[in-house]
Amino acid sequence: MKALANRIQQHPILDFPEKKLVKFFFERKEIFGYEGEPIAAALVANGIKVFRYTEKLKRARGFFCAVGKCSSCLMMVDGKPNVMVCTEPLKSGMRVNRQFGRGKIRALK
Amino acid sequence: MIREEIVIVGAGPAGLWSAIVATKLGASVTIIDDNPIFGGQLIKQTHKFFGSKSHYCGIRGINIAKILTSDLENLPVKKFFNASVIGLYDNNLLAVLTQAKLIKLRAERIIFATGASENNIAFPNNDLPGVYGAGAVQTLMNVYGVRPGHRALMVGSGNIGLIVSYQMMQANIQVVAVLEIMPKIGGYHVHAAKLARLGVPILTCYTIKRALGIDMVEGAVIVKVNKRFKPIPGTEQRLKVDTICLAVGLSPLNELLWQAGCEMVYVPELGGQVAQHNEDMMTSRADIFVGGDLSGIEEASTAMLEGKIAGASAYESLKGVSAESKKIKEQAKVELGMIRQGPFGEKPRWGKERLAARRGWT
Ligand SMILES: Cc1cc2nc3c(=O)[nH]c(=O)nc-3n(C[C@H](O)[C@H](O)[C@H](O)COP(=O)(O)OP(=O)(O)OC[C@H]3O[C@@H](n4cnc5c(N)ncnc54)[C@H](O)[C@@H]3O)c2cc1C
Repeated sequence: MKALANRIQQHPILDFPEKKLVKFFFERKEIFGYEGEPIAAALVANGIKVFRYTEKLKRARGFFCAVGKCSSCLMMVDGKPNVMVCTEPLKSGMRVNRQFGRGKIRALK
Repeated sequence: MIREEIVIVGAGPAGLWSAIVATKLGASVTIIDDNPIFGGQLIKQTHKFFGSKSHYCGIRGINIAKILTSDLENLPVKKFFNASVIGLYDNNLLAVLTQAKLIKLRAERIIFATGASENNIAFPNNDLPGVYGAGAVQTLMNVYGVRPGHRALMVGSGNIGLIVSYQMMQANIQVVAVLEIMPKIGGYHVHAAKLARLGVPILTCYTIKRALGIDMVEGAVIVKVNKRFKPIPGTEQRLKVDTICLAVGLSPLNELLWQAGCEMVYVPELGGQVAQHNEDMMTSRADIFVGGDLSGIEEASTAMLEGKIAGASAYESLKGVSAESKKIKEQAKVELGMIRQGPFGEKPRWGKERLAARRGWT
């Protein structure tokens, strides 16, 4: 199961009980993550680090603070731009896309 | 719109204690935090805490968070999880963004205990994916069980840098080196010794020169510095890493205080811009109180004590002084004084004294 590649399996202090695995889409590709974890955690668990490209210099960006403060991790989620994926909980079937610049507002389904 | 007597923003050790104290004294309290669990920084601290006995020293941070939140469970406190306070408007109207909708809350008294955010430093490519705050890596590893990389460089050897490096090793992330620009390791000896036992080098008089990589970190160039912190040419070394962790200090998360119009003062020993406040943790606005890292970067035990004082003060300003509220505050002030007399309390003590010296009111 690819979603487990970067998951910590054994830890001297912490237990990470298996949670419900759900399917979602990254750049139209089907991948898996745990329901309710931040989208960013699910992406990183799948080895995905680049979340968006900046408007002017087209620089790659990933997460930085991981606690909803710095706005480095903005992505397109279900057609909505500028979603802070380090705090947004993952739901089954979500469509997550890299954001280019400020993103575009697509018709919400 | 919801009305409330006391609203507490932030549920770390400071905010949780404010809520416990103010509620037990008899005020009606709402506490708001933007995480799915309460506890602030504590929810990712797997190490045993330093500090005083009465403040859970020797207990792992994650367990301190559990103790505090279960204390709160039995009290009639209104709780908002996953909710961000995004603005403060006239007459103490707070805008709270929850998962479902925007809520308006009008508070008679507000206690801000929002903590701090991690600093960045300037070097080429410091914006690449793979350059992360040390606390961010800690959140992913210890709260969500995800490894953000496999080979890491840590910049900064204060307690946070040392502790997070050790925790990365526990999570099976190889820490290649810890860099410290000063000639001496910043954090406690116990934490440095644990890393040394694992064979992780702590390089003093070293800093990062640049991150390497196109779309993500593929390496780092480090360099030795002279006494004036200038890079010494010819001492550069390339390291193959996929993660660069920055543990280079914290700054108080003070935006809402600026919006509130609180008097702000720059005190480097406290981590930057803090709200001017008195010993009762009241700001220049009589209806706004502060506590914890927001009022000066310090530690969990002092955050809890300041939180208690802020909670009791907010209660008193609404309902008047009671024997109980007076006792809580007196005791907390004595304990704070004691902690700050210790060797590691020197910097914050000095910072708080500088702040007091500049206060034109009581
Ligand atoms: C790696 C590490 C190791 C440490 N080790 C120790 C130790 O051994 N001993 C010790 O005493 N201290 C230690 N500390 C320090 C200690 O954790 C902090 O000093 C303490 O947590 C500060 O408490 P606080 O309540 O002020 O803030 P925090 O714990 O940061 O809590 C603030 C909370 O407010 C929330 N918040 C912020 N803004 C908003 C908003 N607008 N709306 C809603 N919620 C918001 C935040 O998300 C957070 O949950 C350590 C810190 C770190 C990072």
